[in-house]
Amino acid sequence: MLEIKNLHARIGEKEILKGVSLTVPTGEIHAIMGPNGAGKSTLSYVLSGRDGYEVTEGEVFYNGQDILALAPEDRAAAGIFLAFQYPVELPGVGNANFLRTAVNAVRRKRGEAELDAVAFLKLARAAVKRLHMKEDFLKRNVNVGFSGGEKKRNEMLQMALLQPGLAILDETDSGLDIDALKIVAEGVNALRSPNFSALVITHYQRLLDHIVPDVVHVLSAGRIIRSGTAALALELEAHGYAGLEAA
Amino acid sequence: MTALPSKKLEAWRYTDLAPLAAISFGAPPAAVAQQLPALDLPRLVFLNGVLSQNLSSSLAFAQPFVPGAETSAQPLAQINAEQARDGVTLTIPDGVDAGTILVISHASAGEPFAFHLRHRITLGQGASLTIIDIAKGDGVYWHNPVTDISLAAGAQLRHYRLQDESREAYNLSTIRAHIEAGAAYEHFTATIGAKLSRTEIHAALVGEQATAHLNAAQLLTDEQHGDFTTVVAHKAPNCPSRQTVRSVLAGLSRGVFQGRIEVDRIAQKTDGYQMSRALLLSPYAEMDIKPELQIYADDVKCSHGATIGTLDDAQLFYLRSRGIPEAEARSLLIRAFLDEALEPVQHADARVLFDAAIDNWWRVQ
Ligand SMILES: Nc1ncnc2c1ncn2[C@@H]1O[C@H](COP(=O)(O)OP(=O)(O)OP(=O)(O)O)[C@@H](O)[C@H]1O
Ligand SMILES: [Mg+2]
Repeated sequence: MLEIKNLHARIGEKEILKGVSLTVPTGEIHAIMGPNGAGKSTLSYVLSGRDGYEVTEGEVFYNGQDILALAPEDRAAAGIFLAFQYPVELPGVGNANFLRTAVNAVRRKRGEAELDAVAFLKLARAAVKRLHMKEDFLKRNVNVGFSGGEKKRNEMLQMALLQPGLAILDETDSGLDIDALKIVAEGVNALRSPNFSALVITHYQRLLDHIVPDVVHVLSAGRIIRSGTAALALELEAHGYAGLEAA
Repeated sequence: MTALPSKKLEAWRYTDLAPLAAISFGAPPAAVAQQLPALDLPRLVFLNGVLSQNLSSSLAFAQPFVPGAETSAQPLAQINAEQARDGVTLTIPDGVDAGTILVISHASAGEPFAFHLRHRITLGQGASLTIIDIAKGDGVYWHNPVTDISLAAGAQLRHYRLQDESREAYNLSTIRAHIEAGAAYEHFTATIGAKLSRTEIHAALVGEQATAHLNAAQLLTDEQHGDFTTVVAHKAPNCPSRQTVRSVLAGLSRGVFQGRIEVDRIAQKTDGYQMSRALLLSPYAEMDIKPELQIYADDVKCSHGATIGTLDDAQLFYLRSRGIPEAEARSLLIRAFLDEALEPVQHADARVLFDAAIDNWWRVQ
């Protein structure tokens, strides 16, 4: 379970999150929608522990543990995974090596045995296949020269291998073709279980057709201004954010 | 002894030998047994500057050392010629692939001492050879080797060096390569050890399609000073040359790269490339870069570039968000940064050697 209580955060002098409160019970998938610049990516970075984002007020608990003091790698080991809105390129770092290093780092922290190269490759190849990715993805440098959609699929590959308890998907659907969108949705739905929850940040209803959220929140100017059922997303699709603030 | 080059010389502007000049170096002491790299390769081992017959393999193409006169005006090479007592002399006949030879220098100093190895490596037409050169040691000493390389037409020399000297030592290495038509000299130096070091390479491309790759990775910390200086002389048409230098500088360390490309009037269609990138891991580290192009031909392609930066926060966060601990994430990025310089090193044993040295460098940071 993820509990965000009255979270305020700033970048430099600029306050971006102005009191976000949100609870995602275990087993649920919540969507976050909201206009450009509302603070959705900022929230995802604050949850995953990026430097430069100062929390000035509020608390975040994940499965009862206060995570704000944890290093990003410890949050990952605790089960938090962020699919980046803009995945980062790592020239000179092979994708397979990167994935194995990550999987083994997390396994080590969780007290599980590390995977050797052979066992890992078997797992990775199967995941690549499920995501309908080309085999050579594993051999290439991380995200270097990947198309926008390929980068997003690579995020999903990482998610599939790291098996998080909480996935934060920051506009993973942007830039995806219709087939890829379905594959991403399948990837998320495959993880659905009583022990898995997700925060799906998106601008479009079409992703939510495939990943049906339990709750939809609207984040605007650093605050959650509305929460509702999946129907809220349809309403937003029809009428936009205008007029919502007043509600 | 010939005087050490002074800082007033343009070629020595960034590397001051005053600390070296202040030490009085004695003669090498008798050698004691050493723990040496465990690579299973034919080897020549020098202990305190003297070839150890016991520890060395008997090699078909090795000859005994013979002193020789120095014809250049380079002060360090002159000092070397005056003092040299030993060195590798290898002559590979035409068409012979002589495989891989490990050359190890281990120095162990109680009192400061100096040694001046003089190596001569000659490859006949179409001959090929890989040399893995490892320099290690402990204590205060000055290692001043000169290596003269001659590659006949079509010969190939892969020359991989791991400079992992004592952190109190001085290593000033001079390498001169004469490269004839279609011959290839491939060089990689990893500068990890020594208090102060310089690798100075003069490569002359004297026949068409001769090539030189002079790559280096410098990993320095504390008050270490590392200098990689190259002069590539294009004296024939149609020769490509490349230098890829990567420096990772921590602590108060200082890295230097001076790269000169000279293109003679006759050397049309020269393709020269030079790229230096430095990663500063501390605000006190410093990198000095001096590229020089001296071009007298009109139809040439020569490019050079240099960057100085720090580790990328976004990349670091991306790795850490995947559960990779910060130290490991940094080491992955540093390894990636060095990748291009290491790229020509395809020899499996050499690869393992350098990977281990880089890993270890990171671990002691
Ligand atoms: N490093 C930064 N320095 C200053 N302002 C920043 C920085 N990063 C983000 N911001 C600002 O914070 C606000 C929230 O940005 P954020 O990226 O969280 O928005 P978002 O809701 O994800 O928008 P989008 O839908 O366009 O992705 C924006 O006004 C943005 O300009
Ligand atoms: Mg965003």
